[in-house]
Amino acid sequence: MFFGLVSRMGVQAASDEGFNPPDAGDFNLPPFLEGNQFATKPILLVFLSVILISVFFYLSARKAALVPSRFQFAGESIYSFVRNDLGRDVIGHEFMRFVPYLFTLFTFILVNNIFGIVPFIQFPTMSRVSFPYVLAAFTFFVFHYVGIRKQGLWTYLKGIMFIPGVPKPAYILITPLELATYFLVRPMTLSLRLFANMFAGHLLLLVFILGGEHLLQGVIGLKLVSPFSFAIGIALTFFEFMVQCLQAYIFTLLTALYIAGALADEH
Amino acid sequence: MEGTLNLVGFGLAAIGPGIATGLIFAAYINGVARQPEARNVLQPIAFLGFALAEALALFGLVLAFVL
Repeated sequence: MFFGLVSRMGVQAASDEGFNPPDAGDFNLPPFLEGNQFATKPILLVFLSVILISVFFYLSARKAALVPSRFQFAGESIYSFVRNDLGRDVIGHEFMRFVPYLFTLFTFILVNNIFGIVPFIQFPTMSRVSFPYVLAAFTFFVFHYVGIRKQGLWTYLKGIMFIPGVPKPAYILITPLELATYFLVRPMTLSLRLFANMFAGHLLLLVFILGGEHLLQGVIGLKLVSPFSFAIGIALTFFEFMVQCLQAYIFTLLTALYIAGALADEH
Repeated sequence: MEGTLNLVGFGLAAIGPGIATGLIFAAYINGVARQPEARNVLQPIAFLGFALAEALALFGLVLAFVL
């Protein structure tokens, strides 16, 4: 059962000569059920995150009272953070329609990111690039759909392609750039930012923790250095926690900004 | 010694976003120092700019692995 859930342990112990630094291959966890290629750790973690989020918010809202319990307060402060700071302040008066989407996005990304530093799980789901791709595709369709519904297809495209107040010859340059921004650059950067942050963070932790473990197996001089490597690894774990929260925030903030841009009549 | 030149290239490419991130937070700190009550307005802007600049460095990292 645990085969495939732990990526490095066996590999590191087996190779006696030299330290093989962690690389992109460490993110390729084999399926833990033989012959079922969907039964991998990231998939398991996504299901776990969905269960965790639903149970947490169900329990925190079940006995909602005027004077909130501590549990209810925790759930409500996350919700009000998304609703007020990300929804109301960014999108404007139509924000309530988008709060469910923003809230789902924020909690889903947050929990999946934090899996990267939870002991015994320690794998950020979003470091597999397909998950951010799908999330960015959702955002891509949502903000284009909203813009087309609000302004009509032609007005919306015209707003993107022909920015008012630009001299006519400049459109040769600006129109392709604007089209590329809206249809290629935005979804690509949205997904790659999240993916690359989680990928780089997990790699960084692997380097220091595995490096410390490898130094422990060396001569006595190296053994003395090993605690420093572990200490940096622990410090970086806290740094990663900050990055993980920040990335969930940024993904949701950018989604809200794109929706706000599609809702605005003129760009 | 073994390794790829990609990582040297990534190191060079990370200089730009590094400077950019420094400039963004310098501007943010300056702004808050001059007008502490503007902190709540400046914070999302600063973090947004930070994320946009940092994304470039991370694309470099991804490309260093892909190429």
